Parts: sequence; structure tokens; C-alpha cells
Amino acid sequence: MIAIHNAQLLRLALPEVIVVLAALAVLAMDLLFLRERSTRVRFTIASAIASLGCAGAILDLLLASRQANVLDGMLVANPLTHLVQIALLGMAIVAVLISVDSAFTEHVGEYVLLILLATVGMMFLVGSQDLLVIFISLELLSLSLYILTAFDKRSARSSEAALKYFLFGGMSAAFLLFGFSLLYGLSNSTSLARIASAIGNQHINDPALNPLLVIAIVTTVIGFGFKVAAAPFHFWAPDVYEGAPAPSAAFIASASKVASFFIFYQVMVVGFAGAEGNAAWSHVVSGWVPVLAIVAAFSMLLGNFVAIVQSSVRRLLAYSAIAHAGYMLLAIVAHTQQSLAALLYYVVTYALATLGAFGVIAVVETQTGGEWLSNFDGLSSRAPVLSACMFIFLLSLAGIPPLAGFFGKFFLFASVLTSTPGSLGLLWLLALAIALSAVSLYYYLQVLKRIYVASPSPEAAGIQVPIIGQAVVVVLAGAVVLLGCAPHLLLRWILEAIRASGL
Amino acid sequence: MLAWTIYISFLGALVLLLLPKASVASARILALLTAVAGFAIALTAFAQHRTGEMLTVVRAPWIPSLGIEYHLAADGISLTLLLLTGIIAISGILFSWNIEHRAQEFFSFYLLLIGAVYGVFLSYDLFLLFVFYEIVIIPKYFLIAIWGSTRREYGAMKLALYSFIGSAMVLIGLIAAYVRAGAKSMALGDLAQYPFPLHFQMWAFPLVFVGFAILAGLWPFHTWAPTGHVAAPTAASMLLAGVVMKLGAYGCLRVAMTLFPLGLLTPWGLHVLGLGSWRDVFALLAVIGIVYGAMVALVQKDFKFVIGYSSVSHMGFVLLGLMTLNQIGLSGAVLQMFSHGILAGLLFAVVGRMVYDRTHTRDLATLGPMNLNKAIPFAAVTFVVAGMASMGLPGFSGFVAELMVTIGVWRAFPVLTVCVGIGIVVGVAYIWRAMQKAFFAEAGVESVTPKPPLPPITFPERLGAVLLIGTSVLIGLYPQLLLNVIVPALNSPLFDGLRKGSWQ
Repeated sequence: MIAIHNAQLLRLALPEVIVVLAALAVLAMDLLFLRERSTRVRFTIASAIASLGCAGAILDLLLASRQANVLDGMLVANPLTHLVQIALLGMAIVAVLISVDSAFTEHVGEYVLLILLATVGMMFLVGSQDLLVIFISLELLSLSLYILTAFDKRSARSSEAALKYFLFGGMSAAFLLFGFSLLYGLSNSTSLARIASAIGNQHINDPALNPLLVIAIVTTVIGFGFKVAAAPFHFWAPDVYEGAPAPSAAFIASASKVASFFIFYQVMVVGFAGAEGNAAWSHVVSGWVPVLAIVAAFSMLLGNFVAIVQSSVRRLLAYSAIAHAGYMLLAIVAHTQQSLAALLYYVVTYALATLGAFGVIAVVETQTGGEWLSNFDGLSSRAPVLSACMFIFLLSLAGIPPLAGFFGKFFLFASVLTSTPGSLGLLWLLALAIALSAVSLYYYLQVLKRIYVASPSPEAAGIQVPIIGQAVVVVLAGAVVLLGCAPHLLLRWILEAIRASGL
Repeated sequence: MLAWTIYISFLGALVLLLLPKASVASARILALLTAVAGFAIALTAFAQHRTGEMLTVVRAPWIPSLGIEYHLAADGISLTLLLLTGIIAISGILFSWNIEHRAQEFFSFYLLLIGAVYGVFLSYDLFLLFVFYEIVIIPKYFLIAIWGSTRREYGAMKLALYSFIGSAMVLIGLIAAYVRAGAKSMALGDLAQYPFPLHFQMWAFPLVFVGFAILAGLWPFHTWAPTGHVAAPTAASMLLAGVVMKLGAYGCLRVAMTLFPLGLLTPWGLHVLGLGSWRDVFALLAVIGIVYGAMVALVQKDFKFVIGYSSVSHMGFVLLGLMTLNQIGLSGAVLQMFSHGILAGLLFAVVGRMVYDRTHTRDLATLGPMNLNKAIPFAAVTFVVAGMASMGLPGFSGFVAELMVTIGVWRAFPVLTVCVGIGIVVGVAYIWRAMQKAFFAEAGVESVTPKPPLPPITFPERLGAVLLIGTSVLIGLYPQLLLNVIVPALNSPLFDGLRKGSWQ
């Protein structure tokens, strides 16, 4: 073990430190100087400080190209973690900007503080390969998200959703911790790499899986399956998506997804290396791969079919999120370098589209008083720019080219098939995924039909679109189109980062 | 240069969205100019490109890490279909001159659709082809759902889902082929040369072929076609029947058949109901489509359903022509794509724009007593001419195309020729019946004069009708114009795999 200087450690964690400082600054500013001002002013200033903090952290990550692994994976820094952290910070900025025009709370400072703390949790989460740090960061993230969900104190649904989220979350954390403790017992270490080598050694001596390892695999999958909202651990998702204040929901649906999927991949692929098994048709070998293949298939089926019958747009997005989690799990099932790239591309572009969709929902909600399908009737004539953006987001989620979602799907599916060289063993999962994405077009078109085809109800007034909200949504829509037409912009970056990190 | 057909259409769509709400007239003119420009480019390229061989238009790296290129190329087959797209685009706009409701959006979706269709016909890289192929779905949906008539939302959704399921099948096949071939290139030529193992081709061929053929109206996957055509506004039905169904047939020929020729040719080794290979299966389905479409068209009450089912019947000729696998049958199939595109466009224009927009009914029993041959004689004459062309009278494009396909079928499947003959005869009958019932009052029935009197046929309508009839007659009298480029294209190395099998 190499001794490391405190100053060095601080330097390594500088991006996180910047965000924490920004969070404290937001809180101090709001509590000390802005108490008497209107919510809007307070939100604007708090968002500005928060965005500056995040931007500062991004800048630091971009400029310093560090490669470090402190204390056996407690804190890891390499181009790949930097890339993911930059994406997370960008999404945090979008989430605070979307919240500028909201009026659901008086506790502005605390709200923005929690978003930033959750961001710090996610940054540590992706920058670690040690079970303890992973668990602690996951708890920091989850606790912040529970409160963010409950933040709309005037709404009973918000509290209900938060309670559900909290109870399910506590349960899944217990599962996760149980699995982690078994892993520690098996390997006498909390470092993913050491756990993997211990499992690998056992595996050579005895090809059958150790029963403790089987339990560890299952409980770990349950714990992370909850975080990424994969069926059958998804029960919190529809309620949280529906009840939480729009910016919180957007943040939970995007940034938290990115971080959870990244660390899910790391834990399974690095930590359980040697216990993969095989999910290829008629060549099933037990291990974590077949478990994930089943969870993926189940998520895709459940998410896509239940989304069809939803009449609330947020619930619809929640079920579509479950379906998308199923697609993304395929990348973990494939567990190759290319599939990691595909996963990152998919989850980032998915998060962009979801953030945008929630941005639009936030505006529609404050202006029309709800987010039922009928609230979107004739939106195209009342808010043409917003409608065009929603058009882009939903079609990207459906996987229509030339939008980012399509390339994400294509690359993901291609990488899943390439993962079993010489045979097309995973074709069954792929065929299921593609067939179900055809189903998904139906419910996305249901929303777009409301926006473009239905005529607005006669008493509907025009919609006042806030400037910042619209600007953010337009930028996101532009990004979705750009990444769809020129996927190489992001892909090249991801591939280089993966290569440089030697994964 | 040819790539500008795509860009100019997309640009036109974008500019139309930015126009102020009130300027309906300028929107029409802008759309028309865009379509004319696209056609002019296609025509120039056609005139310059006499040999019909594959010619690269644009080639640039797109996603280098996956070996995907932005590669546009054209050969005789694509050029023929590009011309068709140009003509249909122009006449479709002429026939939707009366659109007032959200006109900018209408023409914008319309041009988006046209641009994507040009894109499919020009793509050489299969990833690119798929991108354009899927872009087509969305404007199609909105054109029907917003501006359509009878059960428009149902028809639109059905069409969108059928198309999307078809393209999902195609996507599975394409990804599998791409990965199987080493995941290095998506170019059509590279994949067509890769020797895919036989067992792979045996499932990939029917998957991709059916995926495309859904859009070409292959029986029994044709049911989107009549409902979609009927629900669509005139211009959209013209596009659907005129070019979108051709996308499916083009995909069958260009992608499914060139990539997996063994899957098409190799016998299964056993006979199920007398069918020994995928070729037999699809030939039989195509013939069923021809006869079934014609029979159903014969008993329709709704004028537009007659034309909708006639499309299914005529597209059966295209698919059957593809299955003959001899030069005359294949060239006939491509010629039939062109011919049916023109004629179906014309028939839908008469029914949707000239008749329905004036009388607001398509019920044949109600139309008869109106004596439309007196009220709007131009429509009656146009329908008679279009009907004659459609039933395959010599002198029109339909005759040459169907004759070539039939000769091809005679060589490949002599038994099926009889069924094709039946289909042609029924084809004469349903056109005759529709013509009689819609335009000429029966003796003894008291004729009704519609009130208020029907507005006369406008100039844009006349222009569009003349354009379409003129094209059909030109090709009917001098088919060599197109065949000169189609035949060399079919003889190109791309189709080597098929030729090695049973090219005669």
C-alpha cells in the first residue's frame, strides 16, 4: 500500500470539493442574504452559483488529466471516470436550471444544496472501486434523492412517493450490504479487483459456483436493480416519477441513472470477473450473466407493455425508463469493452432526452395544471418550439433516426451480438429488444398525437414559456439531434477514454 | 449533385416551418419549387448517366470506429425510382393545392417524407439506408393523422406500427449480418460479397425480405395498405402508393436478395404443401396478393378502397417479378414499380382530390346518381384513361411492365401464370365496375344534381393529371428509356450471387 499525502488526496478530489463548496455557498447565500426576496430571485441566484460550481468542477476535470488509484481502488481517477463525472455535472446543471421557474418550495437553498450533494455522491460513486466507498456514496446519493422527492410539501403525492422510495430504497440497501458482506467474507477484501481474483481462484479449484457467491450475486443484482429501476425491482419508479417535483424527477431519471449504470457495470464486470456464466441460447452457464439477461428481458417486457396503458405522461416515462433499463442491462450482459462504450453512449443520450422531456413537462404542468395526456392536447399551436423539442425527445427515446436514441440502440445491439464471437448466441435477447422497441413507438406516438393532432380545448389559454426553461430544452434538443447525426463526436471520446483507462 | 435531391427537400421542409402562419400561398409555391428542383436534379442525373451502372455520388467517413460511411450511390434502378419520386412529389403538391389547414406543416412533413425517400433510393451504406427508411415513418403518420379522413388516427397508427415492425425485422437481420461479417463495414457491396453461411441465410433472408415486403403490401401483411390509403389525404395516398410501397420492394431487391441469395435459392430439402424453398413461398404469396387484391377490389363499396386493394394487387406483380429471378421478370418488376407508382398516384388523385373533395362522399352507390361524367367531365376522362392504363391496355406503361413480369413468370413458374391471368382479368372487371358506378348513372335511377354545384377542376389538377398520364404513355410507347438503365444495373456485380443461382 502506498502512503499518500493529504494534499495530494485533496488535489485528487478537487472536483468534488469544488461542488461541496458551491453547495455550502448556495446555502449560506440563501439563508444569510436572500431570505426576504421572492422565490424566483432566490432560485435564480442559487442556480447561478450551483451552475458555476459545477462548471468549475467540469473545467478542473477537463484540464487535469490525472490517472490515479488510491488505496487499492478507494478513489480512482482515470479518463473514463472523468468523462462520466463531466456528464453527471452537466446533468446537474440542467436540473438546477430547470428548477429556476418552479414555485413548489420556499426552501430554495436546501433544495439546490441537496441536488449538489447528490451530485457529489454520484461523483464519488463512479470514482471508486471499493465496496465500502461505493456503498457510502450510494447512501449519500440515495438519501439526497429521497428528500428531493419529498420536497413538494404541499403535495400529498410527493410525500407518498418519497416514503415508498425510502422504504424500497432502505430494503434494497440492506440487500446490497448483505451481498457486499458476503463478498468480503469470500475474499477478505473490499477492493473489487481483489474480490475478483479471490473468486477466480476458487472458480479454478471448483468449477461449480460457491453457494455464498450465488447469494452475493443475487443480492447485489437486487440492490443495483433497484437503483436502475429494472423490473421486478421497479415499484418505486412510477410513483417517484409522478409525485416528485419536476426538476427532482428529471434529476433522478437522468443523472442517477448514469451513475448507477456505470457502477453497476464496474461491480459486475470487475468485481465478479470469473463468475460470468453465459446467457447464450442453449448454452446457458450459471453465473451473473444469465441472471441479468432474465432481469433485462423482464424489464423490457414489463416496461413496454405497461407503458401502453398509462394516461399520465410522467408514469409513461417511468415505465419507458424501466424498458430502457432493460436495453441497457444488455450491455452489462455483453460485458465487453465495446459494450461499455455502447452503454455509456446510450445512457448519456437517454439521460439528455429524459431531462428534456421533463423540462417540457415542467412547463406544461405549471401552465396547465397537470401532466395528463389531455393536458398536452394541441400543444403544437400553443407552444410550437416546446412541442418541436418534445417531438425530438420522444422520438429519440423511441429510437427513430437520425436522433441520438437510434444510434445508441444500434451500437448497443451490435455490441451485444459481437460479444460472443463466432456465434450469435445472444440473438434471442436482441430480437426481443428490437421487437419491443417497435411496441414502444406506439405509446410515444400517443403523446405526440396529443401534441400535434388533437386540437386544444377551447378554454385553453396560451402558454407562457419561461425563457431559461425554453433555452435549456432547446439546447438539449440540439444535442440529441447533433449526437444522432454525428455520433462520432461523443463516441470517439468514450472509446479513447476506455482505451486510456485500460478497462 | 444527385445528393442535393435529399438536401433540397429537407431544406425546403425546414424553411416552410419558419414561414409566417398566414402565408399559405407562398408555402405552396415554395413546396412546389422544391419538388421541381428535386425532380430537375434527378432528371439531369438520369440524362447524364446512360449506362446504368453503380456510380458513387458522395462518400465520406461517418462513424469510422464502426466502419459506417456516408455513402450515396446510384445505379439504373435507383435512378428510375428517383425519377418516379420526383414526378410523384410534384403532382402530389399540385393535387394538394387546396390544403388550407396548417398548410406549412403539411408541406413540411411532405417534403421531409420526399427527402427521406430520395435518401433510401440513394443510400449505398446500409446503415444510412436504414436511417432514411425509418425517417419515412414519422411524417407518414402525421400526414395521415392530422389531415386524413375516415378513421384517420386508426389508419395512421396501423401504418406506423406495421412499418416499424417491418423495419425492426430488417434491423435484426442487418445487425446480425453486420456482426457476422466482422463488424467492419455496412456498405452494400461489402456485405453482398461476404459469404454468409447457409443456415444463417436461411433465417436471415425471410426475416429481412418480409420486413421490407410488409411495406410493399405482401399478402397477408398488406392490411395496413387499404386502411392507410383510405385514411390518408390525397397527396399522402399518392405518396404511399406511389413511392412508399416502392421502398419496400426496393429493399427486397436491393438488400434482402443481394445479401442473402442462398436463403432465397436453396431448397429446404423437404416439401411443405408443395413448396420447396423460400422462393416458392414468396412467389405463391405474391400471386395470392394479385388475385386476392383484385377480388376484394371487385366488391368494395368505397371508391377509395377499390384503388387501395388494386394497389395490393399491382404490387403483387412487383414481388412476383422479383421471385422469377430471370432478367425479363426482374426488369419487369422494376418497370412495374415505376408504372404502378405513376398510375396509383393518378387514380388516388382522381378519387381523393377530384371526386371526394368535391362531393364529400366516396360511396359508389351515392356517387352514381350524381352523373359525375357530366358534372366534372375532366375527372371522368382522367379516370377512364388511368383505368385503361391500370388494367394494362397497350400503349401505357402498365402493359409493358405486366407483360414482362408475366413472361418471366411463364419461364419460372408456368403453373402460376394461369393465376396471374385470372388476376389480370379480374383487374379489368373491378376498374370497369368502379368506373361505371362512380361516373355513369345507371339507367332507371333518378339522377341527383349535387347542390351547390360542384366546383370545376382547377388548373393545378389538370396539370398534375397531364403530367402523370404523359409519363405513363411515354414509358408505354418507349419503355427502352428506362430499360436501358435498368438492365445494366441488374447485370452489375452486385447481383452476382443471384445470377450464379438460376439466372436465365
